[in-house]
Amino acid sequence: MTTTPLHRQLGLTDDEFVRIPELIGRAPSDAELVMFSLMWSEHCSYKHSRRLLRRFPTTAPQVLQGPGENAGAVDVGDGWAVALKIESHNHPSAVEPFEGAATGVGGIVRDILALGARPIALLDSLRFGTLESARSRHLFTRAVAGIGHYGNCIGVPTVGGEVAFDDRYEDSCLVNAMCVGLVRSDGMLKSAAFGDGNLLVLIGNRTGKDGIGGASVLASAELSEDDADKRPSVQVGDPFTERKLMDCCLELAGADLFLALQDFGAAGLTSAASEMAAKGGVGLDIDLNQIPLREAGMTPAEILVSESQERMLGLVAPSQLDAVIAVCTRWELDANVIGVVTSTGNFTARHNGEIVVDIPALALTDDAPAYDVPQIPADAPSPLNLDDIAAPDDLADAWRALLARPNVASKRWIYEQYDHLVGANTIRRPGGDAAVVRIPGMQRALALTTDCAERHCEIDPRGGGRATVFEAARNIACTGARPYAASDCLNFANPEKGNTGWRLAEVIEGLSEALESIGVPIVSGNVSLYNESPARAIYPTPVVGMVGLLEDARTSVGHGFVADGDVVILLGGGRARFDASEWVGDAIGAPERPDLDDEARLIAATLRITATGRVHSAHDVSDGGIAIALTESALAGNVGCHVQLAEDRRNDEVLFGESGGRILVTCAPDALDAIREAAADAPCAIIGTVGGDTVSVEIGSEIISLDLTDARAVYELTLPKAIA
Amino acid sequence: MVAVVRFPGTLDHDSAARAIHAAGGTAIAAWHQDTELPAGTTAVVIPGGFSYGDHLRPGAIASRSPIMDAVRRHADAGGLVLGICNGFQVLCEAGLLPGVLRTNATTSFVCRQMTLEVIDHDTPFTRGLTDTLSIPIKNHDGAWFGDPATARIVLGYGPDNPLGSVASAAGVANHAGNVLGLMPHPEEAVDPLLGSVDGLGLFAALVRA
Repeated sequence: MTTTPLHRQLGLTDDEFVRIPELIGRAPSDAELVMFSLMWSEHCSYKHSRRLLRRFPTTAPQVLQGPGENAGAVDVGDGWAVALKIESHNHPSAVEPFEGAATGVGGIVRDILALGARPIALLDSLRFGTLESARSRHLFTRAVAGIGHYGNCIGVPTVGGEVAFDDRYEDSCLVNAMCVGLVRSDGMLKSAAFGDGNLLVLIGNRTGKDGIGGASVLASAELSEDDADKRPSVQVGDPFTERKLMDCCLELAGADLFLALQDFGAAGLTSAASEMAAKGGVGLDIDLNQIPLREAGMTPAEILVSESQERMLGLVAPSQLDAVIAVCTRWELDANVIGVVTSTGNFTARHNGEIVVDIPALALTDDAPAYDVPQIPADAPSPLNLDDIAAPDDLADAWRALLARPNVASKRWIYEQYDHLVGANTIRRPGGDAAVVRIPGMQRALALTTDCAERHCEIDPRGGGRATVFEAARNIACTGARPYAASDCLNFANPEKGNTGWRLAEVIEGLSEALESIGVPIVSGNVSLYNESPARAIYPTPVVGMVGLLEDARTSVGHGFVADGDVVILLGGGRARFDASEWVGDAIGAPERPDLDDEARLIAATLRITATGRVHSAHDVSDGGIAIALTESALAGNVGCHVQLAEDRRNDEVLFGESGGRILVTCAPDALDAIREAAADAPCAIIGTVGGDTVSVEIGSEIISLDLTDARAVYELTLPKAIA
Repeated sequence: MVAVVRFPGTLDHDSAARAIHAAGGTAIAAWHQDTELPAGTTAVVIPGGFSYGDHLRPGAIASRSPIMDAVRRHADAGGLVLGICNGFQVLCEAGLLPGVLRTNATTSFVCRQMTLEVIDHDTPFTRGLTDTLSIPIKNHDGAWFGDPATARIVLGYGPDNPLGSVASAAGVANHAGNVLGLMPHPEEAVDPLLGSVDGLGLFAALVRA
């Protein structure tokens, strides 16, 4: 009988296995081999994406911390910084959606906390199979419950996000969580260890067998049909301890008692400690017997790679240890010295007095392999032929049917399960273009959104990357906030197969070009690969989480119509097409690649227009086209409208076709001149008037109308019905 | 000064303190392990959150913490005590208010702006308030269960009773009226920027005390 060698069971290739003795000068112990397998996994080392990620624009005057720390941070004035990061928890959520999604929230919160920042807002970007699938209904409803359970209990408002349903996510759902935090710029913590004799203090939960090998086994390989074996790899969340950990660590950070701080994420102590050591160019000597365990009989390797949640690793000066322990005791949290900084450069671990690990920390981190992924372009797309798409018999019925799609309908069923208010800073609640959250204690506010144009990315990844950034930026700009910083979560299929590697590179290029055109840096991010099964691969789904800065919180603009008689203006010159639209519901056709200059000009114009202070509403035209955008603004404001649109294509495409670069703005008639002047070089067309209790659109000789009461019933009841 | 009680897992202490400040008062922190309220305390608020992670039952563990003996003495002496959300649950568990809070009829967390009816204007908290208040709810276990014939129901949800409270109760007082618990969050409704200032009156009552 042959058995698979241990290194292959752990996910290391033969070539990688051979490199280890070359790096450490001897054969690794089993514990060391396990550590290498995790640190060199895709999830921890980004070995298939690292070279491509260098393309991202990461510098800008506002950047205080770019990629490389637990989270990025930007200067928001008056000595304050905003920390942000988005991260995936896809594979754990596919195995156990409640705990997978919950611990995804917990993990991203600790990334923000590691900077010494107080988490002030959460967002979630979700993708599931269609709701006709019982499995997807289960994953969706349980993931939402898990996010709510954790986020509500830790008291960080979940203010936004997005969800879409498509068969391509049936086998690989996506659960991406974003957190934003606030920290004094001069009090921002880093993770690098330094100073011989300084102490490593483990604060928080006890260490158990949960999450063993999660990074390599779960997050860095395709899920097979037999996922039951992987169930023990999913972590279990304890939000009450997380909240205490937040309160405790913020009190310690505020008292300057941390020299460095790091959270325990993928690969547990192995990753947390080796990164602290490698970044600081020092060694760490860790006594595994000092780590409080949840269960007896854990091996050194298990202790080293456990992904037990709600743990932080602080670097503390010996003279301040007593003060640190006192604060932790007050918060009823375990705090134990588990190691000490050395000058050896080695990650050393002892168990029962014996050295079980002794390897250069850099070998685990900086020496991780990096691979180029195959660059095989997909076939050039061809535009849709409108003759192939049946024209609906009744456009009003078609409109209602589109409104009744889960991808378009109200997401109230989701966000009412999230506390989106806690903290008393939420100015614009979920349901609009971007949430607006006051920066506590400041006149300024943040606009927050997550977006992705995945169907576009599948067809034309360069264009889809651009479309993703511009949609996020338009959502931010509609509130009046300036797009200011971004974090990205690149969800892709197996990059070693087919065109995926090329799509990854092209998406990164598209994202980067667009970000550069509007001066927005990427300050943090995450990559999730291998989101595919034998039957299905996901669309390239590069979720962008964007933060906008609004100088005066009182001036934010909403998306709902405000007053009878207001003028409806369409900004931007985007041409509505069915290619890759929600209407066709598939990645088909050849959507127009967004023009960098046009889009940047539109965003600048939107900001000038909102700055006049005379805009009553602003709303990005996205999924479902202008008919849906008008309906959403009408429902939010509880007042209808009448608009006229040019008959330049078939009427269904005029109504439901999509494009980038279109924003609906309303204002009082006497503000029109000011708005036009502010629009300057951006296309600006008056298309109608607010009023009445229907949304009606006139195209040539045809008038298509939707009654607001009917529309509301369809819009609000779709999701609750779909999951009932 | 209004004491703001904090347990492990309390979330709304800062918002409550800001609301007290917005109502013209001064907030002072009270820690769960303290055996006395801070010197100079004239009224008490127990803010929302998930004290002790809702372990056992919401409010059950917090209701037995040392500070609650001090809160009870304050209430027995006629002092004002306002319990919001988890604070309401704590006051019920402590026996300072009648009834219990059950899991919502939706079996889910519900975060929603509500229009509350002020049913009883004759408490120190509700004297002079308008007949309706726009204040959000956000809870998972907010369905009040008790005897409406004997309990003093002060605030109600009206015909729209999303959580499934008995008698559509949103807020309940003791018979003396000096202890009030409510599931909605008035501290989220004290700032025009956030859409409503209808919660301010309840904090003004604490500040006046």
